[in-house]
Amino acid sequence: MFSNTAVLLGKELRTEFRSRELLTTTVVFILVVVVLFSFTFDASSAESRRFAASLLWLAFLFAASLMLQPCFLREQSNDTLSALRLSVRDPFAIFAAKLSANTLFLLLTELLMLPVFSILFNVPVFPVFGQLVLVLFLGSLGVSIAGTALSAISAQARMRELLLPLLLLPLLTPVLVASTRVTLALLDTEPYMEWKGIGFLVVFDVVFLTALWLFGEYLLEE
Amino acid sequence: MKRHALASAVVFLLLGAAAYGALFVAPTEKTMGTIQRIFYLHVSSAWTGLTAFFICFLANLTYVWRHEPRWDWLAVSTAEVGLVFTTVVLVTGPIWAHPVWGIWWTWDARLTSTFVLWLLYTSYLLLRTLIEEPDRRALFSALFGIFAFIDVPLVFGSIRWWRTQHPQPVVMGGSGSGLEPTMWYVLLFSWGAMLSLMALLVRARFEFEAVRGETDLVRREAEGA
Repeated sequence: MFSNTAVLLGKELRTEFRSRELLTTTVVFILVVVVLFSFTFDASSAESRRFAASLLWLAFLFAASLMLQPCFLREQSNDTLSALRLSVRDPFAIFAAKLSANTLFLLLTELLMLPVFSILFNVPVFPVFGQLVLVLFLGSLGVSIAGTALSAISAQARMRELLLPLLLLPLLTPVLVASTRVTLALLDTEPYMEWKGIGFLVVFDVVFLTALWLFGEYLLEE
Repeated sequence: MKRHALASAVVFLLLGAAAYGALFVAPTEKTMGTIQRIFYLHVSSAWTGLTAFFICFLANLTYVWRHEPRWDWLAVSTAEVGLVFTTVVLVTGPIWAHPVWGIWWTWDARLTSTFVLWLLYTSYLLLRTLIEEPDRRALFSALFGIFAFIDVPLVFGSIRWWRTQHPQPVVMGGSGSGLEPTMWYVLLFSWGAMLSLMALLVRARFEFEAVRGETDLVRREAEGA
């Protein structure tokens, strides 16, 4: 299964890095959202600290709900899903590859946006960079697991572009709450690590990964 | 038909008795006064809604396992009925909260998770309207239903830990909380009455869905031929 996953992951990465469409669009989208947010309140330094974390995660979440869109849609419009299905012994390999690729893409865009965000909202991120990467990774992993599963669902429906955010965003409430809380603590004037939040994100990731592992093969039925 | 009418009559009697119990039998609460009597409608609807969603989850699981249409019919019926009860909770909540807390709404754990629950099952029903082919609709909505249901405890946990300015839970809370015995009886009776109403509605909805499923099949076959 691992070699299958590695091959499929290579395929996902090659497809993306050939055009880099997804990454550039997502980066620009996050920029737009962040700038628009800044118009809706006057960001004094104290307020920035209070709102920065929520803003950051909302922007990431909206971006993710768009970014995960083509994940299964591309397979469907190119009619490659059944070929993909036949090429692996365990269908979970397809999900494992796709969700690793998505986590990687999300993490990459987030890391690109972090310095920009730090400058625009005047919040220092470098002293707590390591801890932030940990939250970003666990959060993005949760978003990707749930998002990959739901993009397989929404690809089957009409109005799928609208449907995916609608299905995904309420489902991600726990991720949003926990990651925002951890990030908030890290951006505090006296930063501290909220381990409870990290633990919670791990639980979320494990629960949804297990569900995907159990029900993944049905998601690929045609 | 006769059986339906009889069942409806029994449910109405039960509901009437529950209302009588809530309004006249249960003692008046010390600090909140008469308004607290909405509690019997509010909490029993909440528990009934959750029961309906739990049955929906079981039906979703069984559908994925067995691929028989009747489990899909049961799932859609319980989801819709559960959504109605949850709507009652979301409406009676603010009516109760405003005189007691002085505000209509607060982003506290239970309110917020109930709201998210409501949103999740609304999306579930919405998803169903957007997939044409019946087998595919049944399977994919069942899978979403499963994901949505396992998300509920996580939603509740996350909000409870980090976003709460919570009034201590009265039912099954820590020590010092608790209900007077008569209040308990009235509450449990109301829950029973609500469950019977739920069963009645789910049954009617299930029969409707079964007829719809069968006519749909006939129509598809006619169109295909």
